[in-house]
Amino acid sequence: MQAHNEIPHGGIPQGLPGRDAVGGYGAGSPGSPGPAATPAGPGAPGHQDAGPLVRPYVIAQGREHADTVRLDMISVVIAAKRAEVDEMALEPEQLRILELCRRPQSVAEVSAHLDIPVAVVKVLLSDLLNRGLALARAPYTAKSPVSRDVLQAVLDGIQRL
Amino acid sequence: MASSDSDDTQTIVPSALKILIAGGFGAGKTTLVGSVSEIAPLSTEEVMTEASYGVDDLSGVESKTTTTVALDFGRITISSALVLYLFGTPGQERFWFMWEELSEGALGAVVLADTRRLETCFAAVDFFERRGVPFIVAVNCFDDSHAYEPGEVRDALSLDPAIPVVLCDARERESSKQVLLTLVNRVAERMAA
Repeated sequence: MQAHNEIPHGGIPQGLPGRDAVGGYGAGSPGSPGPAATPAGPGAPGHQDAGPLVRPYVIAQGREHADTVRLDMISVVIAAKRAEVDEMALEPEQLRILELCRRPQSVAEVSAHLDIPVAVVKVLLSDLLNRGLALARAPYTAKSPVSRDVLQAVLDGIQRL
Repeated sequence: MASSDSDDTQTIVPSALKILIAGGFGAGKTTLVGSVSEIAPLSTEEVMTEASYGVDDLSGVESKTTTTVALDFGRITISSALVLYLFGTPGQERFWFMWEELSEGALGAVVLADTRRLETCFAAVDFFERRGVPFIVAVNCFDDSHAYEPGEVRDALSLDPAIPVVLCDARERESSKQVLLTLVNRVAERMAA
């Protein structure tokens, strides 16, 4: 155990430590995993040693991943306005999500406000989307890059703060 | 993937963008987020399971099969159709597995440098360079930190001359705004190139 690795040696800094221009991240650590760390496949039965995950996975009715709708951390969700909600058919957490999403919220915000892990929020939301009780919009991605107009809107928006 | 329900076409579901604020512990990530966010920074906990990251990187915590990582983030509503999220991302290399997901689709990144421990941002600089994520370096000027010129920081980080290095005070909204504007302008510059 390196208990003191946060504490720098000596007192006065003697200039800045340099970074090698190339190399560093990911290089030279033998056996370091590739970027595509495979999530447990949908078929993987149960978690061994689920520990603190028990309750969230009970909420999510045993499903490991949002298997039907792909949601990002910043997918924005809003409760469908006209939808008739059969409260008996939903989990209490899903009702709380619908309540919260009367105004647009990202998956991350839902997670933070309701104190439910992001992965579980995705499962619960996925179900709501499939029932037509909520709508979601995917964020901009590398495949749908922002336009100049959007960039200008972002600049203006920051400027206005 | 935007599920469009014809019954709800009058409902505008905004699109979201994200900017990453990367830096070591105590570099001022959450402070910067908080100084410009319209909400008090929120924290979400991501549970990372063993399958999510490399076993080799787990020196010291081999017995754990899950780990919980807190992510702080803030929000800036640009318009009824556009929301910008700022995510503070832990800067150390051992958190690389989170950067993978976080950097996906990110508009760009601010590497917040703490000159008292500049090496804590090396891994983030390496990562964004390799991934081609547009980024700038903002040097958070703490009261008690030795003042360095942006050029010195640029040299120490071996940065491409085109990458902006700015000084900031993450506690000040105006200063943080300038940091974000510098980044978005850098993104626009790269788009034009």
